[in-house]
Amino acid sequence: MTKQELNESLAMSDVNQRISDIVNGHDVVLFMKGTPLFPQCGFSNRAVAILDHCGVAFESVDVLQDMEVRQGIKNFSDWPTIPQLYVKGEFVGGSDIMMEMFEAGELQQLLDDKQVAQAS
Amino acid sequence: MAMSAAEIEGMIRAALPDAQVTITDLAGDGDHYAAHVASASFAGMSRVQQHKLVYDALGGRMGGALHALQLTTAVPNS
Repeated sequence: MTKQELNESLAMSDVNQRISDIVNGHDVVLFMKGTPLFPQCGFSNRAVAILDHCGVAFESVDVLQDMEVRQGIKNFSDWPTIPQLYVKGEFVGGSDIMMEMFEAGELQQLLDDKQVAQAS
Repeated sequence: MAMSAAEIEGMIRAALPDAQVTITDLAGDGDHYAAHVASASFAGMSRVQQHKLVYDALGGRMGGALHALQLTTAVPNS
């Protein structure tokens, strides 16, 4: 392994650890573009709207503010797009899956099953 | 680099020959699509696994050349 490869590998495990800490540190985490108040992408906007509709409190991470996380989150879940939803440390899906689950009543069921706190 | 609906459908069918693929050009700009893919290959898979199979078929273009592809998947009714 060259020094550059070693550095890249260390940086990657570092960002993986940061992401792991975030998804395990909160019941519900949405990695998105922009913020819940000002989403910067239609898909992120839709994801926020779905979570708001479920009345669930969630942590959001704006990947546009952190290029390492923006790329790292795709490797972390082996999922090519953002937004990404995590509940109790588990990857649930992107906005399409959130919408399918929401329409089928499965998202609310998952949040209930995992005993996720409602937004106050 | 945008992709045409025919390219998207072709790539999905190449990986999932039995798939029924319906592509809708949402904005008429060749850049925002919705795809519905029904395939027997999805049987027994989670939604995440089903979507990953389609993303794999698109060979890494998802999130790159294809920014806006709304995807829904289903197992065909037997």
